[in-house]
Amino acid sequence: MTLAEQVQYQSATGALSSVWLLIAIPLASAAVLLLLGRKADRWGHILGCASIGASFVLGLWYFFTLRGLGHKAVSLDLFNFIQVGRFKVDWGILYDPLSATFVLLITGVGFLIHVYAVGYMKEDPGRRRFFGYFNLFASAMLLLVLGNSFLMTFIGWEGVGLASYLLISWYQDRPAAATAGKKAFLMNRVGDAAFLVAMFLMFANLGSTDFATVFNGVGALPHGVTLAMALLLLAGACGKSGQFPLQAWLPDAMEGPTPVSALIHAATMVTAGVYLIARSNPIFDATSLGQTIVVAVGAFTLLLGCVIGCAKDDIKRVLAYSTVSQIGYMFLAVGLGGGAYALGILHLLAHGFFKAGLFLGAGSVMHGMKDQTDLRRFGGLWRYMPVTWATVGLGYLAIIGIPPLSGFFSKDPIIDAAFARGGWQGWVFGLAALLGAGLTAFYMTRLFVLTFHGKKRWTDDIEHPHESPGVMKLPMILLAVGSVAAGGLLVYGGFTTWLEPVFGTTEVPGHEPNRAMMIGISLAVVLVGVAIAWLLFRRGTALVEQPARSPIVRAARENLYGDVFNETVFELPGKLLTRAAVFFDGKGIDGIVTGLAAIVGGSSSRLRRLQTGFVRSYALTILGGALVVVAALMAVKLG
Amino acid sequence: MSGYLGSYATLGILLVVGVVLFGAAFAGNRLLRPHRPDPGKLTTYESGVDPVGGDWAQAEIRYYVFAYLYVLFAVESVFLFPWALVFARPGFGTTTLVEMAVFVAVLLLGLLYAWRKGVLRWT
Amino acid sequence: MNPVLAADITLPHINYGAIAPILILLGMACVGVLAEAFLPRTLRYPVQVLVSLVAQVAGLATIIGLALSNYAKKPTLTAGDALAVDGPGLFLQGAVLVLGIVATLLIAERSVERGGAFVAQAAVTAGSEADAEQARRQPSQTEIFPLSLFALGGMMLFVSANDLLTMFVALEVFSLPLYLMCALARRRRLLSQEAAVKYFLLGAFSSAFFVYGIAMLYGFAGSVKFHDIAVAAISSGKSDLLMFIGLAMLAIGLLFKAAAVPFHVWTPDVYQGAPTPVTALMASCTKVAAFGGILRIFYVAFLDSRWDWRPVIGVIAVLTMVIGAILAVTQTDIKRLLAYSSIANAGYVLTGVLAMQKDGISSSLFYLVTYGFTVLAAFGLVTLVRDQDGEATHLSRWAGLGRKAPVLAGVFTFLMLSFAGIPLTSGFTGKFAVFSAALGGGQTTLVIFGVLSSVLLAFPYLRVVVLMYLQEPAADAPTVAVPGALTSAALAIGAIVTLLLGVWPSVLLDVANSAAQFVG
Repeated sequence: MTLAEQVQYQSATGALSSVWLLIAIPLASAAVLLLLGRKADRWGHILGCASIGASFVLGLWYFFTLRGLGHKAVSLDLFNFIQVGRFKVDWGILYDPLSATFVLLITGVGFLIHVYAVGYMKEDPGRRRFFGYFNLFASAMLLLVLGNSFLMTFIGWEGVGLASYLLISWYQDRPAAATAGKKAFLMNRVGDAAFLVAMFLMFANLGSTDFATVFNGVGALPHGVTLAMALLLLAGACGKSGQFPLQAWLPDAMEGPTPVSALIHAATMVTAGVYLIARSNPIFDATSLGQTIVVAVGAFTLLLGCVIGCAKDDIKRVLAYSTVSQIGYMFLAVGLGGGAYALGILHLLAHGFFKAGLFLGAGSVMHGMKDQTDLRRFGGLWRYMPVTWATVGLGYLAIIGIPPLSGFFSKDPIIDAAFARGGWQGWVFGLAALLGAGLTAFYMTRLFVLTFHGKKRWTDDIEHPHESPGVMKLPMILLAVGSVAAGGLLVYGGFTTWLEPVFGTTEVPGHEPNRAMMIGISLAVVLVGVAIAWLLFRRGTALVEQPARSPIVRAARENLYGDVFNETVFELPGKLLTRAAVFFDGKGIDGIVTGLAAIVGGSSSRLRRLQTGFVRSYALTILGGALVVVAALMAVKLG
Repeated sequence: MSGYLGSYATLGILLVVGVVLFGAAFAGNRLLRPHRPDPGKLTTYESGVDPVGGDWAQAEIRYYVFAYLYVLFAVESVFLFPWALVFARPGFGTTTLVEMAVFVAVLLLGLLYAWRKGVLRWT
Repeated sequence: MNPVLAADITLPHINYGAIAPILILLGMACVGVLAEAFLPRTLRYPVQVLVSLVAQVAGLATIIGLALSNYAKKPTLTAGDALAVDGPGLFLQGAVLVLGIVATLLIAERSVERGGAFVAQAAVTAGSEADAEQARRQPSQTEIFPLSLFALGGMMLFVSANDLLTMFVALEVFSLPLYLMCALARRRRLLSQEAAVKYFLLGAFSSAFFVYGIAMLYGFAGSVKFHDIAVAAISSGKSDLLMFIGLAMLAIGLLFKAAAVPFHVWTPDVYQGAPTPVTALMASCTKVAAFGGILRIFYVAFLDSRWDWRPVIGVIAVLTMVIGAILAVTQTDIKRLLAYSSIANAGYVLTGVLAMQKDGISSSLFYLVTYGFTVLAAFGLVTLVRDQDGEATHLSRWAGLGRKAPVLAGVFTFLMLSFAGIPLTSGFTGKFAVFSAALGGGQTTLVIFGVLSSVLLAFPYLRVVVLMYLQEPAADAPTVAVPGALTSAALAIGAIVTLLLGVWPSVLLDVANSAAQFVG
C-alpha cells in the first residue's frame, strides 16, 4: 500500500453486522461455566466445545459473505467506551481478510483442540473450569484480532495474557508451574508496557488509536516518532510471541496441560505478535530501519530457538523452542514488508496446523507413557501407537519442509524472500534462515527418532503403552490432514491475493531469485540435517546426560543463557533499586537521625531506642522534603 | 537596606547582636569561674528537696480535661466581642442574633456532652 | 495602619440552599452527639447507624438536586465568597458521600468481629484485665458515628472552600475526628494508639506548614481569597518570592494529607494501626478531599504561574509513583502493602492534576472515585481474614486462601487486577484517563514514569494472588469470617462499581466531564 492511499472501512451491513457474535458466544459460555460452579460439571465440556464450534461455523459464514463483497474490509461500531474531552474510544470491530483468516484459525484449530481436551482432561476434577478458561481465552483472542483500534486489540491482548497465566499455572500444586505462570505474566507485562506507551504516542500525536486514523496519519509524522512507535510495538509483540530478548517464558509455559501448549503456546496466542506487526503494516512500512530491526530480531530468534531445541531432552520443551524459532521465521517475513507480510501469515497458518498436531501428538505420547516427557525414556513406540506415529510423522515432515507438505510451501518462500532482500542483509538473513531450516531438520529428526524408533528405553513401571482414545485421535488426524494439505491449498487457492487489500501488494520486494536452485539448496540442507540426526540417534541415546564437551552445547543446555540474561537485564536493576530504597528508608533516614543525635547527645544507650517508626524521624523527613520543595521553587523562580 | 525585605534588616542585625551578646556572656563566665565539681553539686536542683524516683510521673488526666474545656470556652468567647459591637447596627438584627445563638448552642452541645459523660465530676 | 471600622462590615449573604449538604452532615453530627449523650446504651447503635446513613443519603440527594438545578453549570459563591458551589465542588462532595456511605457500612458491621471493630471504652488501659474483658464482651462504643459524620462534613467543606482560612478550618474539622478514630481499634490497641499519636503529631506539623503558607500568601496578595491571589499573581508589582514560598507551604500541607512522597512517611504506620474500616475511610474519602483541595488551589489560585511550579510538583509526582511502587514490593503486611499502593496511586492522581487543563480535572475526579471504590472493597475483605488475635494481616497468613475461600479470593484477585490496571477494570480506565490527560497537557515524562511504576506495582499485587492460589495453607491458617449483611453490601458495591466503571466508564466520565469547571 502506498502511503498516500487512504485507509477506509465500510460500515458492516447484512450478515456481517452480527459479527460480534463471534466474541460473545465463547464469552457467554465462559461466564456460564465459571459462574455456575459444580452444577455444570456434567455437561460443561460439551458446552465449551459447542460454543467454539458455533463460532467456527459463524466464522465460515462471515468468511464467505466477505468474499462475496466488493470492498474487503468492514467495520462495526458497537458502543461508546471511553470519552474524555476530545479523547474517544468506541467498542468497534474490524472484519477484513486478515481478521477473517485469524478467526478461522482460532476457532477451527481451537475447536479441534477443545475436542481433544475432552479426552485429555477427563481425569481432572477441574475440567469444567478448564473449559471455562479455554472459552475465555478464545473470546479474548477473537477480540484481539477483531478490534478496530489498538486499544481494543490491547484489551484482548491483556485478556489472552490473563487466560494464559491461569492455564500455565493449572497444576498449581507443582511449584514449577506456579513459577512458570509468574514468569510468563511478568515478562508479558514488560511487553505490555511498551505496547501501552506506543498507544500513548499514537494518542498524543494523532489523537486516536483507531486503526483507520492512525494508519492515515502515520505518513505525516516525523520519522523519529514513527520509529519509536514501531519499536515499542515490536517490543510488545516480542513479549507476547516469545521473541528475543523476551523469549524465556515460552518454554517454561509448557508446564501447563498439553492442550494449552497446543492451542495457546503454539497455534494462536503466541502468534499475536505477528498479527500485531502485520496489522500495523503502515507504521512499519514508514520506517525501513524499524523493519530491519524486526527482521534482525526474527533471524536471531529463529537461530536461537533452533540451537536450544537441539540440546533439550524434554519433548514439550523441544517443541516449545521450535515454536520460538518458527515464530522467528514469521517475524523475519513480516519485517521484510510488501508481499512478504502474506508469506508470514501463510507460515503462521501452516504452523498453526502442524505445531498443534505435533503438540497433540506429544500429549498423546505422554498420555500413554504416564506423563513421561523425557525423550531419552521413549523409543520404539511406533509399534504401540500407530496413529500417533503417523500424525506426528506427517507434522514432522511438514515442519522440516518436505514437499508437498505445507511447511515446504510456507517456509521456503520466506527463505527466498530473505535472500531477495539483496546486499549484505540479504546474505546474512538468508543464510540465517537457511541454516535454521537445517537445524530444524536436525532436532525434529532427533525428536521423532528418539520417540518412535530405536530400542525401548522406558522406565520400569510401564508395561504396555496404549494408544489414546478416539476423542483424542480424531483431532490429531484432522490436524495431520491440515499439515499435509494446508500449505498447497493456500498457495494455489490464492491466499496471498486474498490478503492483498490488507497489505496492498503481493510483490515481494527485491529481485526474483532462481526458484529451482533455491529449492534444491534448501532441500539439500534439510536432508543433511535429517541424515546427521539419523546417524547419531538411530541407536538411541545414553540415559544419563552427556558431559558437555563444547561450550556451545553447554550454552545451549543453559537456554543460551537466556534466563541469566533476563535476570541481569530485567530483574537485577529492579532488585537493586528495591534494596536501595529499603536501605534508604530503613537505614538511611534513621541513620541520619541516629547519627546526628549521636554527635549531639553522645549518649548511645538512649539512642538504641531510636529505631524505625519514630515520629521524629518522620517529621525530619517531612521537614527535609519541605525545605527541598521551597528551595526548588525558589530556584525555579530565581534561576 | 532597601527593597521589600530591607526593613527586616534591622531585625536581622538585632538577632545577630543578641546571639553575640549571649555567647560572649557565657564565654566570659566559662573563662572566669572556678571549676571544681563534686557529687552534691551535680545533682538536679529541686528547691532543696532530694530528687527521688524516675523522671516519668503520671499526671491526673482530669487536669487535662478541665484545662481543655476551659481553653475551648475561653477562646470561643473571643468571637462574642466583635459580634457585640455590630449586632445592634442597622442591617444586622435578628439574623445575626440567630446565628450567634446557633453558635452558642453548638458550644452548649459540647458542654452537655461533657456533662453527660461525667467529665465535670471530680470524684 | 488602617484600622478596620466596624461600620465597614456588612452582613454576608448566605445561600443556605447551596450549602445545605454540608449543613445536613454537620447538623446530623450534632444530633448524633445528642443521641450519644441521652439515649440508653442499647438504643444507641441502631439510632446512630440510622442517623449516619440518613444524613449521608439526604446529603447526597441534596447534592444531586443542586447539580440538576444547574448549580454545576452556573456556579455561585456564597457566605462572603468563602464557599464555592460549582461543578467540581459538587462532584467531590458527592464522591465523599458515596464513598462515605460504603465506609459507614464497614464501620457499622458488628457480626464479623463480635460487637464491632472498635473498642468499648477507649480510656481503659491497653493490655489490662479490664481491657481483655471489654474486648471479649462489650459492644463497640458508638461515638465513631458522629465522629465520622463530622469528618465527612469537614471534607465536604474542604472541597468547596474558596479561601485559605475556610480551607484551613475545614482541614482541621475533618482531621481531628480522624485522629481520634485511628485510636479506637478493639484489638492491638497499643498499635492503634501509636498510629493515632503519630498521625496527630505529624498532621499538626503539616498543618503548621499550611498556616505558614497562608501567612505568606496574605503577605503577598493582601487577601486569602483564591481569586484575589490569582489576580495578584498577574498584576501585583510585588516580588513573587512570597507567593512561591506560600505556595510551597500550602502544597506541603495538602500533599501530606494526600500521602505524596516525601510527605508520605506516616501512611504505612497509620494505615496499619488504625481499625481497618477507618483505614478504608481514610484511603478513599480523605484522598478525595485532599485532592479536591489540591485541584482547587492549583486551578483557581495558581493557574497562571503554573510554568514555574509545575516542574517541582511533577518531580514530587514521579517520586510518589516510583517510591510507592518500589516500597510496595517488599511489604509483608497486607495493610502496609495497600498503604504503599495508595501512595503510588496518589502519584497517578497528581499526574492527572498536573495536566492543567479541563481533561486533567475530569480525569482526576474520575480516578479518585474509581480508586475509592476499589480500595474500600479491598480493605473490607481484609477485615474478613481472621484468626484468634483478630485480623490476620501478615501476608504469609494469606497463603492458600484460594482453596479455603474461593469467593473471597476471587473477589480479591479481581480487585488486585484492578489495582494492577488490567483492562475491563476501573483501574485500567482510570489510569488511561489520567495518563492520556497528562499527555495532552504535555507531561510525557510523568506518563512514562507512571506506566513504568504501574508495571512494577503489578508485581506485589500478583504476589498476593499467587500466594492465595498457589501455596499450601498453613496448619493454623486464619479462618475467613462470613461477612455480615453490611460488609457484604459494601464489598458487593465496591466490586461491582470496579467492574462497571471498567466496562462502561462513560457513565461517570460524562458526569466528571460536565462538572470539570471551577468557579474563579
